[in-house]
Amino acid sequence: MVKEIERAGIPVVHICTVVPISLTVGANRIVPAIAIPHPLGNPAVSKEDEKELRREIVLKAIKALETEVDGQTVFDK
Amino acid sequence: MIKVVHYINQFYGGIGGEEKADVKPEVREGVVGPGMALKAALGKDAEIVATIICGDSYFNENLEEATAEILQMIKKYEPNLFIAGPAFNAGRYGVACGSICKAVKDNLGIPVVSGMYVENPGVDMFRKDLHIASTANAATGMRQAIPAMSKLGLKLAKGEGIGSPAEEGYIPRGVRKNVFREERGSKRAVNMLVAKLKGEAFVTEYAMPDFDRVAPNKPVLDMKNAKIALVTSGGIVPKHNPDRIESSSASKYGKYDIEGVMDLTEETYETAHGGYDPVYANLDADRVLPVDVLREFEKEGVIGKLHRYFYTTVGNGTSVANAKKFASTFAKELVQDGVQAVILTST
Repeated sequence: MVKEIERAGIPVVHICTVVPISLTVGANRIVPAIAIPHPLGNPAVSKEDEKELRREIVLKAIKALETEVDGQTVFDK
Repeated sequence: MIKVVHYINQFYGGIGGEEKADVKPEVREGVVGPGMALKAALGKDAEIVATIICGDSYFNENLEEATAEILQMIKKYEPNLFIAGPAFNAGRYGVACGSICKAVKDNLGIPVVSGMYVENPGVDMFRKDLHIASTANAATGMRQAIPAMSKLGLKLAKGEGIGSPAEEGYIPRGVRKNVFREERGSKRAVNMLVAKLKGEAFVTEYAMPDFDRVAPNKPVLDMKNAKIALVTSGGIVPKHNPDRIESSSASKYGKYDIEGVMDLTEETYETAHGGYDPVYANLDADRVLPVDVLREFEKEGVIGKLHRYFYTTVGNGTSVANAKKFASTFAKELVQDGVQAVILTST
């Protein structure tokens, strides 16, 4: 799906847990997530901390969309 | 006697389904689950001395540590052959089988075999590194998968030559081998062309690799005024899954209006995905589709606007052809709706 969206001319960021799969599939902007059943959450921490965690990941994704890339790039910083 | 170690996931190991996908690797002496059939297929020349079982999510979330742990477990048994799976079209399981096979081959120097459906992501990741028997996409193909894997494994362990992928039933590894043919190349090429013109079947001697890569688009320059859309393969749907998107091998996608929705709650949204433990997403679907946070960013002026609709499907054994078709359809709508960037989440 990432490739078809990219092909249509829209920049897309893939937030996913298993980065090697995303690389194989062909996503260009990749942001690693937390865990398979809760990529953007963590039930082990408080609601507030979980929200903060989610904000950080989505913000990273937004930054990735604002960044020029010339090939597959994993935004793990 | 060929000593074999077999790797399976928590499901085939009888530990449990998705709710147990986070179990750490463990080792059991002898055969477990599909190991029974494998033992029968291997016959008298080989013995499965141990079975390693690991949860699919645990493995994929901890690729390096899990590989190292499992490698240690395998080493102890000094096997002559390592067999993983079959994983059919289970993505995480396929990645696990491929990763461990490669690690075993590289570190212990013994032959390795797995079995997967050709669309399993583990195939593209590892086809060049190992022999992967080509299987059906679901466990109903177990009876064909096991003999194919066992035959390949025995041949490799005995140092016998392995024939072509078509003869031996494994997925092409991209290896080219020189062979003598009765007819010279020019004649064979013309024969193929004639067959093609007549509409007859023919087999190419060199299939063109499928390099389907799409170059990245330009970044968004004015995020504060950009319209961002959310897409997911994590199966988030309004409560009770109104369009009945299938829990695996999805044949459709959903498009849902989130105008005015500030937060996805237990009462309003859930996941239709059957390939991961749904507990966390059902309690709070923002954990997969971060609507709450994007609403905050909208308010704070980080982004211009969250697009009125999100698109969703279940990425669980869903064919590549279907996923491609879904996305090429809705991507046109996204373009028409003036969406400038997409955040796509996967579980």
